[in-house]
Amino acid sequence: MLRVAFLVPLLPLAGFVTLVFSGRRLGNPLAGWLATLTVAGSFVVTVVVFIGLFQLPATGRSYTQTWFTWISAGHLHVDMGLLVDPLSMTMAAFVTGVGALIHLYSIGYMEHDEDFPKFFLYMNLFVAAMLLLVLADNFLLLFLGWEGVGVCSYFLIGFWFERDSASSAAKKAMIFNRIGDSAFLVALFLIYERTGSLEYHAVFARLGSVGEPSLVAIGLLLFAGAVGKSAQIPLYPWLADAMEGPTPVSALIHAATMVTAGVYLMCRINPILYRAPDAAHVVAIVGAATALLGATIACAQNDIKKILAYSTISQLGYMFLAAGIGAYDAAIFLMLTHAFYKALLFLGAGSVIHAMNDDQDVKSMGALARLMPITAVTFLIGWLSIGGVPVLSGFWSKGDVLLNGYAFSPALWVVGALTAVLTAYYLGRAYLLVFRGQQRWVEGRETGDAAGRNPHDPSWVMSLPLVVLGALSALGGLINLPIHPDLDFLDRWLSPVFASRLLQHHWGIGGVWTFALVDAVLAVLGVGLAVAVWGRTSERPAFEPVFLRRAWYIDWAYDRFIARTSSEVAVETSSVVEAKGIDGAVNGFAWLVRATGRQLRKVQTGYVRNYALGLTAGLVLVLAYVLTRAS
Amino acid sequence: MSLVAGVPILSSLVASVTFVTPHVNYVAILPELILIGGALVLLVSGQLVFAKVPTAFYSVGSGAVAAAALAASLVLWHDVQARGPFTAIADSVAVDGFAIVFLVLVSCILILGSVIANDFLIREGTSGPEYHVLALLAGSGAMLMASANDLILIFVALEIMSIPLYVLAGMDLKRRESGEAAMKYFVLGAFSSAIFVYGIALVYGATGSVNLPQIASYLSSNFVMSNGVLLAGLGLLLVGFGFKVSAVPFHMWTPDVYQGAPTPVTGFMIAIAKAGGFAALLRVFFSTFGTLRTDWQPLLWVIAIVTLLLGAIGGLVQHDVKRMLAYSSINHAGFILVGLAAATAQGISGSVYYVFVYAFLVLGSFAVITVVGGRGDLEHDLDAYRGLGRRQPALALAFTLLLLGQTGVPFTTGFLAKLYVISAAVRAHSYALAIVAMLSATIAAAFYLRLVFLMYGVRLPFGTGSDAGSLSLSITGDEPDALEPAQAAPRRANLGPVSVPGPTALAILVTVAVTIVFGIWPGPLVDFVRAAGLLF
Repeated sequence: MLRVAFLVPLLPLAGFVTLVFSGRRLGNPLAGWLATLTVAGSFVVTVVVFIGLFQLPATGRSYTQTWFTWISAGHLHVDMGLLVDPLSMTMAAFVTGVGALIHLYSIGYMEHDEDFPKFFLYMNLFVAAMLLLVLADNFLLLFLGWEGVGVCSYFLIGFWFERDSASSAAKKAMIFNRIGDSAFLVALFLIYERTGSLEYHAVFARLGSVGEPSLVAIGLLLFAGAVGKSAQIPLYPWLADAMEGPTPVSALIHAATMVTAGVYLMCRINPILYRAPDAAHVVAIVGAATALLGATIACAQNDIKKILAYSTISQLGYMFLAAGIGAYDAAIFLMLTHAFYKALLFLGAGSVIHAMNDDQDVKSMGALARLMPITAVTFLIGWLSIGGVPVLSGFWSKGDVLLNGYAFSPALWVVGALTAVLTAYYLGRAYLLVFRGQQRWVEGRETGDAAGRNPHDPSWVMSLPLVVLGALSALGGLINLPIHPDLDFLDRWLSPVFASRLLQHHWGIGGVWTFALVDAVLAVLGVGLAVAVWGRTSERPAFEPVFLRRAWYIDWAYDRFIARTSSEVAVETSSVVEAKGIDGAVNGFAWLVRATGRQLRKVQTGYVRNYALGLTAGLVLVLAYVLTRAS
Repeated sequence: MSLVAGVPILSSLVASVTFVTPHVNYVAILPELILIGGALVLLVSGQLVFAKVPTAFYSVGSGAVAAAALAASLVLWHDVQARGPFTAIADSVAVDGFAIVFLVLVSCILILGSVIANDFLIREGTSGPEYHVLALLAGSGAMLMASANDLILIFVALEIMSIPLYVLAGMDLKRRESGEAAMKYFVLGAFSSAIFVYGIALVYGATGSVNLPQIASYLSSNFVMSNGVLLAGLGLLLVGFGFKVSAVPFHMWTPDVYQGAPTPVTGFMIAIAKAGGFAALLRVFFSTFGTLRTDWQPLLWVIAIVTLLLGAIGGLVQHDVKRMLAYSSINHAGFILVGLAAATAQGISGSVYYVFVYAFLVLGSFAVITVVGGRGDLEHDLDAYRGLGRRQPALALAFTLLLLGQTGVPFTTGFLAKLYVISAAVRAHSYALAIVAMLSATIAAAFYLRLVFLMYGVRLPFGTGSDAGSLSLSITGDEPDALEPAQAAPRRANLGPVSVPGPTALAILVTVAVTIVFGIWPGPLVDFVRAAGLLF
């Protein structure tokens, strides 16, 4: 059963290739269905492999499938190989599962788009790259997937590239990611230089002979890569701008899958982080800071997708916090449940945006619940789940992180708890402004405008994913219940990967229940605050301070001090250094060569006597030289 | 009286000296014998029939003879691989892998050359076996140069190769330039031969032998106290070889002769003279005078640098394609010298590889030029290539690939050739030479690519945009040099369709295939050349 693992990334890749060559011919909606089926097929294969892996004894749940030798140059040997283990299969399962639902949703969402086949082509390539990333058995292949998802993200954010804002957002994403990627590359060089391999097993087996400073450097460089990909401080601003892409893209890439690649990487390199605690602490602190920062900014945004974007940044911070303190299973648990409810929230937001004729401002919505019941209910589940209301999935996964955080350091718990309250609050604000309160928009029916706003729940292809994701968001916690040692399925499933490197805590059942109670109080606090503040009105300037609306002026500072300054340097370089210096040198050299050629031509008279003279002159020079050598 | 008195003395001399004729191992020189015998048969066979023999008959005959020589060479290759290299005929002929690579190469040049010449001879209405007979004889000379193990034999082979080439250069009676080329080549060739012979004499004087291994063993076992004579002889030999391979400053005949000679002859001449000349040059300098390398290396270093640069720079200002490629051949000679200047086994095999692949590149290129030249062999101005990509796409594509090969673009044999010699130079720590070589390749790329742009009608952004723009050195955008005769009396180039005869098309295809296939899949050819070790 494990043998079919190669089909997991191959199916979406095949879909991509098919769409490249015949996407236009398949057209709308066939291209979308094909893309959806390849990803769904990949999900089925993943489940088969998953079951196969499950049947093995816990300690033997690791299987490497090598396709072929990718690179063999000197001592560098890299295989095109897949690593099937509990961690990679968990990732693959949710990437393909959530990915398939989002593909399905996109068939409806993109139905009026001219470039319908092209959209699915990118989506399929994205899923293939992401699967390569999580299934790779070596760092280089992981990097290939890493870059693959990066470039697909660029294509998809800039999908509507006719808009200036979209193309510049795509560029921004690319540039921020490149900064992280360059650190990643340096990390690869360092890993190879220190261990002589890039293959996980070999690298991890040789860590004992690598000094701690090198391990800290490797850990921090890889983390820098993760910071770029997963939008952590200081490389997070691109994710907010990435909302220029179509909403399903935001759901798939910028919430559920790609941005979690950094967290996956941290979990994958747990042996390195274990031996380099300093690097791990940096991961935890940056994660905690990002969680709080993202949550505060999300409180004051009016664009529904930006609220969700900053929320994603904040939730990713939680995951890094968990990974940094060694609670890898908590990080993965949160990643899973986050994939459910964040995808749900994004898709719900997409339905709302569709209904509002592409308006994304929550202040001009309101009272949509009665017109869009399915969307409203699922969005409500999403809110309560991410807010950590018992017994929805977010309650369990966030509780797991906070519990471990306290075990590591109460300070981290305080930051986490504060973020938890804010999370429940800002999404409550979003829900209330969109679905409750006064209607702040005009129905098309009333104005007689046929193309006006006539909100309604979307067709089944869009609603089905909402319902499925809603159910998963509500019940996803069941996979890992901490209340009884027999119910934490996920922890036990992942334990072979992390072994003894996990953070240990000894709360006992009583301690766990106490934390659960505190978490519930925090969630209720946040929900209550949201209802109290935004339950009736849509204007509360005191709760939307300018510095939060402007995202702590960090974007502005980036723009002012980095983007503009480097643009000026670039302009200067191009007009002065390039034009006068480099071009001048090139042209000058060409002129020199040509002038020399013209002079040389004068020697070529065509007379034999001149040529004989030349020959003789050469002869004399040669003889003169050899005679200086004669003794 | 004196005559009568002299007879007994003479007869006693004759009686006292017994000539021991060496044992002749005919198999060792079988390829050469096949070529010479084949040439003689071709020469007379046509006269035995009274009907007019079609040109194609001689071409096929010549090709068959060359193919037989190729087969004989491969048999020798097999022998050498099985039993190791050996010498024959009183040690004057070396049969080693090095020689056989050149035997194979010369056979291939002859086969392709006879195909290309066939269409040319038919187009120009030239009948008779002379072209092919001369080509086969020149080929036998080139082969002998590669396998000669004796300075005297090298000289004889040099003449066997050169004299037919002089005649071939002057074959086109309709063009005055052809005769002029033959004359210049002959006079200067004779001059250089004289220098070469004098070099042999000095080397003999210093070492007491003309046999290459004997010279080498003498040099390694004796310390020559007063080595002025030896070094002078070495210098003279270098001048003689330098002339044949058109190394600067012994190159001045090259542009005139290559431009004046009939086009297929030019291609053949470059390929064959480079093969023969470099074969002997590499063998003599690397293996015979290897112990003196500290003396000749600086000399070759300088010659390689000026050859590289002059070839590249000179090519830039030409308006005649043949003349341009003549300078290009000088530049290529510089690259081959880079391998020798490294004076390592790697450098030598780099040079051999370079000669091998360059022969195909230059044959193919001149086949294209022959076709474009049209009846009368006149259309060689750059103008004639304007829009060739539209008029004759396949031909233009082939020419483009061949030119890219000469430029040294990756995935062509030309790239690997440049890579091998330059990396040999780098390993021998002659960094300056490596840098100059790369620089010269960049300069040369300008004129190769200008031709490509011209064929595809690319308007160069830095050109003047006028009709003359593409003729000038486009990089600076200046007007063409008004002094150039071709410009003083402009003749409208024939821009009509170009017809490519089938056999020539096939020959061009083969050269392109060799260039591209062995560029992408270099293994077989590289291994073949690597296995071509020198005898000693």
